Amino acid sequence: MSEVTHASELTRRRMLQGAAVALTAAAGTVVLGVVGPTGKSATAADPGASDTFDELFHGRRIQGRPVADGGGHHHGTTGAGGTGYAVHIDGEELHMMRNADGTWISVVNHYQTFQTPRALARAAVTDLQGAALVPVAVA
Amino acid sequence: MAVRKNQATLTAQEKRAFVNAVLALKRNGGYDAFVSTHNSFIVGDTDNGERVGHRSPSFLPWHRRFLLQFEQALQAIDPTVTLPYWDWTADRTTGATIWGADFMGGNGRSSDGQVTTGPFAYSSGNWTLTVRPDSRNYLRRSLGTGVAQLPSRTETDGVLAIAEYDAAPWNSTSAGFRNNLEGWRGVNLHNRVHVWVGGMMSTGMSPNDPVFWLHHCFIDKLWAEWQKRHPAAGYLPTAGTANVVDLNDTMKPWNDVTPADMLDHTTRYTYDTGF
Repeated sequence: MSEVTHASELTRRRMLQGAAVALTAAAGTVVLGVVGPTGKSATAADPGASDTFDELFHGRRIQGRPVADGGGHHHGTTGAGGTGYAVHIDGEELHMMRNADGTWISVVNHYQTFQTPRALARAAVTDLQGAALVPVAVA
Repeated sequence: MAVRKNQATLTAQEKRAFVNAVLALKRNGGYDAFVSTHNSFIVGDTDNGERVGHRSPSFLPWHRRFLLQFEQALQAIDPTVTLPYWDWTADRTTGATIWGADFMGGNGRSSDGQVTTGPFAYSSGNWTLTVRPDSRNYLRRSLGTGVAQLPSRTETDGVLAIAEYDAAPWNSTSAGFRNNLEGWRGVNLHNRVHVWVGGMMSTGMSPNDPVFWLHHCFIDKLWAEWQKRHPAAGYLPTAGTANVVDLNDTMKPWNDVTPADMLDHTTRYTYDTGF
């Protein structure tokens, strides 16, 4: 069976739209930190599990970094999802999860997949329209 | 026997009764408990760990039980109410009557996505979100922007034709009917509808939008249609599967109901059309 997922097409379109918006906004995106240990951006072939990012996107600080599963981070991230990765928006954690095919989803966009945590974080910023994340309670 | 009807066929009185029961459940606090439960499973169900409500074979029986519980909560308020279903293959435009001010209310406004019409508009004072991912406490929608088209009947029939219920590794990468219906692979039915509605429906707290129940009621009906088409095919897996709810395992959070208990919906309700 072919692996043509609508969500992936959607993701690519969104990413392209996001890039276009950033270019149009001229310096809407400011890279604050290094891209990752290898110094290159994540691609679809390299889903970004090891990448670290820290940037301003549409006025919000988004940060992503690998974390050790069960490594003492507050519940709701690694404990529930076994994600191995954490994304923060203006310092507040965005609950996220990795799919078995290497794609990512967040609690804000739970039914569409993203190729990288950075794309996921940017989509969340777009959806939030300036609103602050609130901690996700996990039973 | 309770009959679940296509929302497009409801009378004005039936729409009013459903809406009023939902609003009463919101008022007494019962509604938000359903939102919390759903989100707990959304964030807890993982492809390589324990998975019950989503991305697993029990996606269908879990939501059948969840909807039954919700329907019973509404019936405790008004015994005449049953869950309607939204056939998004047929009522597939932003102008459909489901989005009328007498029922679900309309699209969100362009500035902030806020739904401003109908009984669930924030301005009504009856629908303030408490279980939510961010600071916004109003219902939001963005119909048709996250993805342009709802699934078609042809696409849906293609998924109903898949003979096998589910397949190892029993998660978001599986072949089989369940995962193609859920939408993690293939033409994408269930997930795509969440994205098409947008706003709260795109989040783990999607039951904040009452259309969640109408969407899942149609998913439940499609499971029944699939059973009718494939009478010899049953729920899989049947036993001994780590992290996955087998046919006779109990499901959280109820712990007293199994997928086997949920296979025959006709002991509890019927649908208005044969299939």
